[in-house]
Amino acid sequence: MNLQILLFVILSLIAAVSSVMMITRRNAVMSALFLILNFFALAGLYLLLNAQFIAVVQIIVYAGAIMVLFLFVIMLLRTDNEPSILNNNKSLKYFAIALGAFVFIQVAYLISYGRPSRKLTPNEELSVKVGTIQNIGKELYTNYFIPFEVAGFLLLAATIGAIILAKKKFE
Amino acid sequence: MINYIYLAVIFPLIGFLINGLFGRKIKNEIIIGTIGSSTVGLAFIISFGAFLQTLSLPVDQRANTVELFTWLSANGLNIKFAYLVDQLSLTMSLIVTGVGFLIHVYSIGYMHGDKGFWRFFAYLNLFIFAMMNLVLGDNFVVLFLGWEGVGLCSYLLIGFWYDKKFEKGTTADAAKKAFIVNRIGDFGFLLGIFLIYLTFDSLNFNEVFSKAQSLSINETTFSLIALFLFIGATGKSAQIPLYVWLPDAMAGPTPVSALIHAATMVTAGVYMVSRASILFASAPSIMMLIAVIGLLTALFAASIGLVQNDIKKVLAYSTISQLGYMFLAAGVGAFSASIFHVMTHAFFKALLFLGAGSVIHGMHEEQNIQNYGGLKKYMPKTYATFLIAALAISGFPGLSGFFSKDEILWYAYANGGFIFWLIGALTAMLTAFYVFRLFSLTFLGEERFDHHKVHPHESPSVMTIPLIILAVLSVIGGYVGIPEIFSGENGNLFEKWLAPVYEPAEQKIMHYGFHTHFQEILLMTISVILALSAIYFALYVYTKNKNIAENISLRFRKFYNLLLNKYYVDEIYDAAIVKPIVTGSEKVLWKFTDSFIIDGIVNGVAKIIAIISESIRKIQTGIAQLYAFIIVAGIAAVLLWIIFTL
Amino acid sequence: MSSIPIEYYLILSTFMFIVGVIGVLIRRNAIVVFMCIELMLNSANLALVTFSSYLGNPAGQVFVFFVMTVAAAEAAVGLAIIIAIFRNKMTVNIDEINIFKW
Repeated sequence: MNLQILLFVILSLIAAVSSVMMITRRNAVMSALFLILNFFALAGLYLLLNAQFIAVVQIIVYAGAIMVLFLFVIMLLRTDNEPSILNNNKSLKYFAIALGAFVFIQVAYLISYGRPSRKLTPNEELSVKVGTIQNIGKELYTNYFIPFEVAGFLLLAATIGAIILAKKKFE
Repeated sequence: MINYIYLAVIFPLIGFLINGLFGRKIKNEIIIGTIGSSTVGLAFIISFGAFLQTLSLPVDQRANTVELFTWLSANGLNIKFAYLVDQLSLTMSLIVTGVGFLIHVYSIGYMHGDKGFWRFFAYLNLFIFAMMNLVLGDNFVVLFLGWEGVGLCSYLLIGFWYDKKFEKGTTADAAKKAFIVNRIGDFGFLLGIFLIYLTFDSLNFNEVFSKAQSLSINETTFSLIALFLFIGATGKSAQIPLYVWLPDAMAGPTPVSALIHAATMVTAGVYMVSRASILFASAPSIMMLIAVIGLLTALFAASIGLVQNDIKKVLAYSTISQLGYMFLAAGVGAFSASIFHVMTHAFFKALLFLGAGSVIHGMHEEQNIQNYGGLKKYMPKTYATFLIAALAISGFPGLSGFFSKDEILWYAYANGGFIFWLIGALTAMLTAFYVFRLFSLTFLGEERFDHHKVHPHESPSVMTIPLIILAVLSVIGGYVGIPEIFSGENGNLFEKWLAPVYEPAEQKIMHYGFHTHFQEILLMTISVILALSAIYFALYVYTKNKNIAENISLRFRKFYNLLLNKYYVDEIYDAAIVKPIVTGSEKVLWKFTDSFIIDGIVNGVAKIIAIISESIRKIQTGIAQLYAFIIVAGIAAVLLWIIFTL
Repeated sequence: MSSIPIEYYLILSTFMFIVGVIGVLIRRNAIVVFMCIELMLNSANLALVTFSSYLGNPAGQVFVFFVMTVAAAEAAVGLAIIIAIFRNKMTVNIDEINIFKW
């Protein structure tokens, strides 16, 4: 169990730190790279939770496709670096940070000292059985079949929309 | 016929509706006048029939109730619209419909050519309707309905010529004054009714009066009830302190003055006191108060009437004075005497007013008696009937006024004491004097008007025939009330007729000792001598030697001015009561409370909303991140609430 | 998994979510704002997978699958919009793309 705890601590630290770094970098490309690092850490956490399929899909889709798209757009639009994060509206931004912290404390309090209806304990065998690709696939194609098909349509619509919105106009 | 007594009330209402709704279309005055008069005539016939029927019944069955419908029924308070047909109400309804009918006929001639002819008859019929409700009702609520109704009609009829100038304002002001002063009295009346309901748990006459006899209620309650009811009576029947509206009410047409302000409406207070005799008899202190006020009013008004120069004003103060007599009688426990005087007064006062109307009509609306004189040869019928009325009111022996007034003076002496009789007799002398001053200045002596400008003429017969009928009644009307000393055992039919109504009250009234027939005849003789000498003196002064009057008025200049200006009572009321209220309303209530506070609050609320919305508007900046920020703030607030209710 | 209490995962998820929110409120570059939104979505995914694993219910992970699908579609279309705006305004600074208020 030590390894698990160790892995958990390392991975969660990486995830937390990389997310904070992401929002504080002035360079957009740096932010994107830190986000990728965050995704990898998340994938590791998924593996810890025995969610194999989701971990792999996370890397393939998020880190592999979406972030690549982001990087392409950033490089395409070649914007200037943001002068400074807390440049204008300083008071508002400090207030936003304080508010965020406040909400975090509230939710943390609720999670720790809330009264859940039942105490959840980790269950090794069950989680293993659940996270396999066979199980996910079975669920997708039987119980959640319609959402699956609808997701397909959604992707089609997104594809068409993206093409139309971003293509060059005919002169 | 008793069971159809409600028809006597409905017919005048039908007349009012017909004349009121269609009168403008019906151009023919004769039709309007006939409709108006015949409804009252029919009412008189029905009342007379009920009267004959009641006479045929044995004495203890003479009070009958005719129920129409249940008017109010709420949580123990059960008011039925019902009429009580007994001796007292029959007497009053006969007077109202009889004299009313004559006055309606007279009005056909008097109001000839007036553009509001139909309106006049509609209002008159409405008045008869309300008055009949008043005298026939069998509970305080129907009585009050009639009470208010006659007040309303009085207002409508006083201000009939609503754009005509009258003294310091218009006739509308006089009408308003009448209504408002009446209202003050009505407030007292209402308090009395409330107190009656609280004490006796009912408002029906029979129930209240039988409970008043049987239950033991302390005298203070009775005194309060009687006091409040009497305040109402002073308003309606023009006693001190609420008499000030009646002289101003002379702004209305003369038939109105005759009907409402002489014969019927002003006697409503006397009727009410009579009806509730048991309540008053149970409060001896208030009875004394009533007698004293009645007496003082009689003297006070008679003194003012001595010097007035408007023919109708003299008669108005005379009415107030005679009403004082009626209350004097009621106050000393002689209720039947007060009703007797109501009846005879209706005859001769209506006659006096109608005669005055005839004179005014013939003299082309001139009302100042200093501009009359010697009209005897131009208006013989008016002259003759006026003379009879003047003799009646002065108490000339053998006429109706003699019997009724003497009966009052006798009871004042017997139940009240010598001083009551003395002042009453003195007032009778003043009455005779001012009436004959009026008579002499109008009909006798030399003419003081310009013969080329004014052509006095006798009135048409539609006006003189009612005068003649009333004159006959003024002569013979008293014989139903001949005192016992003259007619022996069958004497005073009137008193015997009304006695069962007052039986409960009689038991409670104290009678002072034993009085002899000799005393009665002695007092009667003295008052006759006083009256005759006053008549002679008046005739002498105002026909032969007017210098005497002028010298006296110069010698006592201050007193004369006091009397001429009615003791400045109107001015005192104006300064002490009216002006403070008007000023207070204007300065405090209007300027401050209404404009400043209430409007300020209403406008202030609107202003606050405007200010708040101005500041909230600034949130809409258009910046999406600000909206997101606010969303997060909202989430924080909701989480806070969840934590606190965990 | 065995001995890690569920609260730790949830608190981590919350932390990432809050960081994403702060990023959305603070950053001026539109693309970076988008990335912060993706971070928020991922934190929700983490919570879902956690519960799915601890409860033994596959529904959580199936839901994560669909969330990723939707996130992908949304990222694509959103970036296309940003490109279209950039063509007109030559900037992705959201302070300058302020057209809500005219």
